Amino acid sequence: MRRLLWASVLLAAAIAYPLLFSTPFHQRLGALVLLYAIAASAWNIVGGYAGQVSVGHVVFFGCGAYAAMGAYAHFALSPLVGIPAGIVFAVAIAAIIGVPTLRLSGHYFSMATIAVAELVRLVVTNTDYLGAAVGLSGPTVPRNVFDLSFISALPYYYLFLAILSLTLLITWWMTNSRMGFYLRAIKDSERAARSLGAPASRTKLYAFMLSAGLTSVAGALYAMMFGFVDPESGLGILISVKLLIMAALGGAGLLFGPLVGAAILVPLEEISNNLLGGSGAGLTFVVYGAIIVLIARFQPGGVLALANRLWERRGKAAKATLEAGASHAP
Amino acid sequence: MSFVLVQVIVGGLLLGAVYALFSSGLTLVWGMMNIVNFAHGDFVMLGMYVAFMVFTLFGAGPLAGAPIAALLLATLGVIVYFGLIRDIMKGPMLAQILGTFGLALLLRYSVFWWFGANFLSLPQNIVGGTFAVFGLRIEASRLLAGVVALLVTLGLHLLLTRTSLGSKMLAVAEDSTAAQLMGIRPDTMQAIAWAIAAGATGLAGALIATFFYIVPTVGETLGIVAFVTVSLGGFGSVPGALVAGLLIGVIEQLSAYLIGAVYKDIVVYALFLSFLWFRPQGLMGKS
Repeated sequence: MRRLLWASVLLAAAIAYPLLFSTPFHQRLGALVLLYAIAASAWNIVGGYAGQVSVGHVVFFGCGAYAAMGAYAHFALSPLVGIPAGIVFAVAIAAIIGVPTLRLSGHYFSMATIAVAELVRLVVTNTDYLGAAVGLSGPTVPRNVFDLSFISALPYYYLFLAILSLTLLITWWMTNSRMGFYLRAIKDSERAARSLGAPASRTKLYAFMLSAGLTSVAGALYAMMFGFVDPESGLGILISVKLLIMAALGGAGLLFGPLVGAAILVPLEEISNNLLGGSGAGLTFVVYGAIIVLIARFQPGGVLALANRLWERRGKAAKATLEAGASHAP
Repeated sequence: MSFVLVQVIVGGLLLGAVYALFSSGLTLVWGMMNIVNFAHGDFVMLGMYVAFMVFTLFGAGPLAGAPIAALLLATLGVIVYFGLIRDIMKGPMLAQILGTFGLALLLRYSVFWWFGANFLSLPQNIVGGTFAVFGLRIEASRLLAGVVALLVTLGLHLLLTRTSLGSKMLAVAEDSTAAQLMGIRPDTMQAIAWAIAAGATGLAGALIATFFYIVPTVGETLGIVAFVTVSLGGFGSVPGALVAGLLIGVIEQLSAYLIGAVYKDIVVYALFLSFLWFRPQGLMGKS
């Protein structure tokens, strides 16, 4: 019940944000935070809940982005039509990678996902149909509202907010379903879970496919907002890295972890890019790398887990003083 | 077989020996501590930059650059072990992967920030031109790299199998508590393993720096090559890494020659994924 209250407060704050901070910069920043939160929350399903660290999620992101732009560039359709196509591609690729690698130790999975991401990027860069190194563009002048091409960031903001809410609802529903229980058991001890009859490989595969489909939606939204996709912005390995670090920084395996991570990192990156200009690109990732190392070394649970722990400790301390006070009372 | 093809295969073997050298570092650490170093390729990249710096500062070639790179990287390996690996080893898988992956980003983009994204290269004739053996034209720099890498990899294998240090490391790999009871310090042995693994990457990086392109992101490709090599050769096995490294070197050069240079990485990645499908335990691993 208290969680529901928190969620509604958060939602109300998110709805109010662009009205309170109405400059284009703040609205765009808010939209980007929500967009990355969608993708990172999708990653969280397989990386956080199932404990399988995918470094190739950009492939699914790219599926969505290329499908949305491809629908416009090749068939003159609304980019929205590309979303289901992107989901189909992403889920199919997830199944192809997942079936062999999810049986193996987690390292194989991580490395296989990197290899797939690089493989897809190289193939797309050499495929003329997908625009090769130049990429594909979306509608520059919108024909109608379904082209989802707006100058203001505000429509994107609310669209992303709706999709993020849906993503979090799906995640929440999944954690409370049979699949969520299986995943928790598998993450604790795969051998124990298997011996109790949890279908480990199949559950992990389903989580991976669900995560892939949602990530491709984020990719499609990204391409619609920016109006184009190229191998760097749609399939570059650094996008995977961003999703992973956002989820891990906020708290992998926690519902709101990725959102917290995105809310910290996206403004950080925008500010550092604004301050340092083009030369800051390298430095931003130096900082990213340092943050990841520090999280892994000192706080693998992420910021939200730390906050939870501090909160509980405070709660306990308050309770302890209360009880101490009560026992001293006459 | 055409003459050019022989030439390509010899080139592949020489490059493959270097692949084998840095992959045996990865396989050693993986086999011993069950931890995968995602920064492994970036260690090789650092070795290349050390060789580049040694040349620009002192005008010295790989004969001086390689030992310096090996020493510096071995030191870095020990620092990384005590600063990061020792703690994340016991942690969850997510922390292990994040830790070394974050390290990779940190190293890659520190170099990017300092040297920029431009391709650097060392002068072609730094090790003394090209000469002919049985009519094959071989670059001296590639021959030096291949032969040194082959010798060091074999030496590493002998070190692990024939010396008391090797036995101690094997004991820690088998059961670190039991090893501790026998008076072996697991911490020291694991630090030594990291020093050897990172030193091998430094050496390999400095050796290929004379003919490979030097760029901050080269570590990503090389890291995947190392991973392909190790999963092909079976993890923990240095002879496996040697065979697999030579094989991958040849396959890569052949596909570059037969299909096109752009596709050589595609072929290697596809090979890796098909191996994961059909023979995940590797060429020499037990099923």
